Amino acid sequence: MAAGPIPILKIGATLLATIQIELHDTVVDSFQNDVLEQIEKTGARGLIIDISALETVDSYVARMLANTAKMAKLMGTNTVIVGMRPAVAATLVRMGYYMEGITTALSLEEGLKLQSNGSEPTDDERS
Amino acid sequence: MMSAPSQTETWTISIDKEADIVAVRQQARELAKELHFDQFAVAALTTAASELSRNVWVHAQRGVARIRILRNGNRVGVELEFVDHGPGIADLNRVLAGGFSTSRSLGLGLSGTKRLVDEFDIDTQPGRGTTIVIRKWKKEF
Repeated sequence: MAAGPIPILKIGATLLATIQIELHDTVVDSFQNDVLEQIEKTGARGLIIDISALETVDSYVARMLANTAKMAKLMGTNTVIVGMRPAVAATLVRMGYYMEGITTALSLEEGLKLQSNGSEPTDDERS
Repeated sequence: MMSAPSQTETWTISIDKEADIVAVRQQARELAKELHFDQFAVAALTTAASELSRNVWVHAQRGVARIRILRNGNRVGVELEFVDHGPGIADLNRVLAGGFSTSRSLGLGLSGTKRLVDEFDIDTQPGRGTTIVIRKWKKEF
C-alpha cells in the first residue's frame, strides 16, 4: 500500500504498520508521513504499530513513534503500539522516557482486540 | 578512574552521515551479544551508542566512534568513545541534568545515556569539541 520501506496494511478499519528493519532517522521521518497519508486515504479508525522486531528504540525513535500517535489522534485515529520487547521497555524507562499517553499492548493480537473494541480511551480522556 | 584494563580489540567507525548512527549501533550490539551480555545490557549499550553517535552527527556533523573490548581480571566490558570537533557544550551541568527537549538536541541524549551505562566521562570545550567515553561491564552472576 505505502511505498516506503515499512509496510502498512489495512485490516478492516485498522491500519497495521510492522517495523521490521533497522531504523535510520530518515526512514522514521518518512514513515510518519506515510502513515498519516494512509490514514487519510483509507479512513482508518485505528492504527497499530508493531515494533516487536525492534531490538533498539532510542529516544529519537521513541519520540517519533509517540508523535506519530499524537498526530493520528488529532486526525481522529487511535494508535496502539504493540510488541515492545522487555529490554526496550526497560531501556526507555531507565532513560526517563515513559511514552506517556500512548496506548500499548503486549502483542498484535491484543492490539487488534483493543482496536475492535472501538475507541479505547486514552489517559487524557480518562482524566 | 578505573585501573587501566588490557585492551584487546578496537573498532573505529567514522561518523559523517546519518547512516553511520546505524553502523555504530549495529557494531555495539553485535559485540555485546558476542560477549554474552544479557538482553537488557545489550539494549542499554546499543541505545547509548545510538544516542551518542546521533549527538555527534547532529551537533558536529563529523566525528569518530571507537569501540573497545575491556578485560580487567575476570570482568569483561565494552567501551565506546566518541570524539568530535564540533561546537562543544557551553552549559554542561544543565545538559547533564536532563529534561526533554523538543528537538534532537543534547538534553535527553546525554542525561538518558548516563543512566544506561556504568561509567560516563565527558570532556567538552565550547568551540573546540567534545569527547565522551562510556563503559558498560558484563554482570557477573
